[in-house]
Amino acid sequence: MSVELSHYLMVGAILFSIGLYVALAKRNAVGILMGIELMFNAVNLTLIAFSRFVSPPTDVSGHVFVVFVITVAAAEAALALALAMVIYRNRETIDIDKINLMRW
Amino acid sequence: MEDVGSIVAFWVLSVVTVGAALMVVAVRNLIHAVLFLILSFIGVAGLYITLSADFVAITQILIYAGAISVLILFAVMLTPRAARDNAETFLQLPGLVLAALVGVTVGAIALVTDWNEATRGPFSETAAAIGEALLDKYVLPFEIASVILLAAMVGAIVLVRED
Amino acid sequence: MIFLAEWWDVRDLGNAVGELLEWLGDHGPDWLPYTASALVGAITIVVFLLVSLLVFAWLERRLIGRIQARRGPNRVGPWGAFQSIADAIKFVTKEAITSANADRWVFWLAPILVVVPALVVFAVMPFNEGMILADLNVGVLFLVAVGSVTAIPIFMAGWSSNNKFSLMGAMREVAMLISYEIPLVLALLGVVIFTNTMRMNGIVGWQDEHNTWLIFLQPLAVLIYFIAGAVEINRTPTDIAEAESEIVAGYHTEYSGVKFGMFWLAEYFAGFAIAAIIATLYLGGWTLWGLEEWVPGWMIFLVKLYGLFWFFIWMRGTLPRLRIDQLMGFAWKALLPLALINIFFAGLEVLLWQENDLAAEAVLPGFAIANLVLAVVLIVAWAQLLGRGRPQYRPTRARLVKELGAVVYGEEA
Repeated sequence: MSVELSHYLMVGAILFSIGLYVALAKRNAVGILMGIELMFNAVNLTLIAFSRFVSPPTDVSGHVFVVFVITVAAAEAALALALAMVIYRNRETIDIDKINLMRW
Repeated sequence: MEDVGSIVAFWVLSVVTVGAALMVVAVRNLIHAVLFLILSFIGVAGLYITLSADFVAITQILIYAGAISVLILFAVMLTPRAARDNAETFLQLPGLVLAALVGVTVGAIALVTDWNEATRGPFSETAAAIGEALLDKYVLPFEIASVILLAAMVGAIVLVRED
Repeated sequence: MIFLAEWWDVRDLGNAVGELLEWLGDHGPDWLPYTASALVGAITIVVFLLVSLLVFAWLERRLIGRIQARRGPNRVGPWGAFQSIADAIKFVTKEAITSANADRWVFWLAPILVVVPALVVFAVMPFNEGMILADLNVGVLFLVAVGSVTAIPIFMAGWSSNNKFSLMGAMREVAMLISYEIPLVLALLGVVIFTNTMRMNGIVGWQDEHNTWLIFLQPLAVLIYFIAGAVEINRTPTDIAEAESEIVAGYHTEYSGVKFGMFWLAEYFAGFAIAAIIATLYLGGWTLWGLEEWVPGWMIFLVKLYGLFWFFIWMRGTLPRLRIDQLMGFAWKALLPLALINIFFAGLEVLLWQENDLAAEAVLPGFAIANLVLAVVLIVAWAQLLGRGRPQYRPTRARLVKELGAVVYGEEA
């Protein structure tokens, strides 16, 4: 019994689907952001696993990619939370069921 | 990775990560959900360490557990008590089905595909190599990332300004 | 390499542990040395911190008493020396109340988790050449990462108490930690630029090799780190998160008994951690220009650590508490630009040095003088720029805060 690439990929897949469900089904805007962060994490985990198991040991491209993803995720989180704040200030709610200005 | 330590570490960390992610879905209180999310982030950092990605693991703790989750907590606190529940929309069932389908598809592909696995070297220190790659091969993405960060910072400040 | 001397050589207690681990590796299963080293290291660190705490909890009160022209605790034991033990007994025997509407699980978890970051910092701290629990190659980054998660348990404590003062304290603490994180990281970056490594023992080795301390090469960074560190550990000049005169006791208003004791403990541990980081990164760690050959290195390290902690006590006894807007403005308007300029000059100097292959003995004294001049000029210039040199900021009479532009609740425009 040993830990192989497929184990890490399975963890990544489960984490991704949980994140997807949270992003799709949660009513709270901050909750949706949390789901997106979970998906980022799943993808990062997969990238690092491939970097460890598939690419040659001297190649750190996978790690560099993850650093970029983390950077962009930080920017995205800051912006999304600022948006949530603005929406709350204008609409008194961050419940996305009630944010339907552009619906029809 | 055949030795007992890394196998035990992998299983413990996987269970913590996935369990905490499931609790993010299950708990009704948004603050508890954020706390479980932080636990999940830390579990992923542990999984990075089992993959001998030391720099990325520390960065994960610094950015995700230290910065992003604190931002989320802050945002939750600045909205009122009524907005702090973690309930689902009417899209709960379709969301569940879609997430399950995606998960099963990705998992099946991961299991079926014959990955071209390279021989794994011993643990090597990645911090210096990542630094060199960032300023050599990936210098353009690096600069673009810094511009994105600056734009996001300015944008966030402009959005939440009160005047 | 680590096992330089015999096991009985007390100059490096790592020798004895190394011998023990070698013996265990020869006579036991593979995992035994790892488990044993983790246990020995963890227990040593906790014991060291608790003993330091017992001594300093008493010493601090005595010293502050002396600073404030009073006696301090002097009833329990000779010169009041057993006061800390009496306090510990009091903490343990008092009732640990959980208020009725508190979020029970988070309320219980917060005091336990709040101690963890301060303890974990010492895992990468070299007490001597071989006396380090984990010599990570990303040691400095590890310190930053651990420092950044301290906000979470404090937030948990403030939120779960279900008390407005607790919540205000937690919000203040988190805002403060986020603001001061940035100059703190930038100050540490100067060290990494000069030493070209993030390994703690490597940084100590670099300072030993070049017979200098980084405090001479990075005077501005030391000042920035010291101020930012003092804010992070939440002691009196900057303890706006638990300011008694404003918000009762901040995030631990609702905590009592042993749970309050944990917060008190964590505050001290974090103080020791910041002092240890400054001692290692800027003051040469366990080296003292050759004295470590004769005196145990861990003693030199401890003297530096306690000396720095005494500075925190001195600050606490002397300076009044800052207002929150002053403190936040100081991080963003003063410390952050100064830290950025400092990084720029550190990078420039190292570039000059490396590109021209200059001898270290020739350039480092020059850099030291240049950086000292730069630090003085920058601080004076920045103070003038921010208007602290103008006559209206040099008061000749007592004034109300709203004359200085502070927001007074109920009277804002």
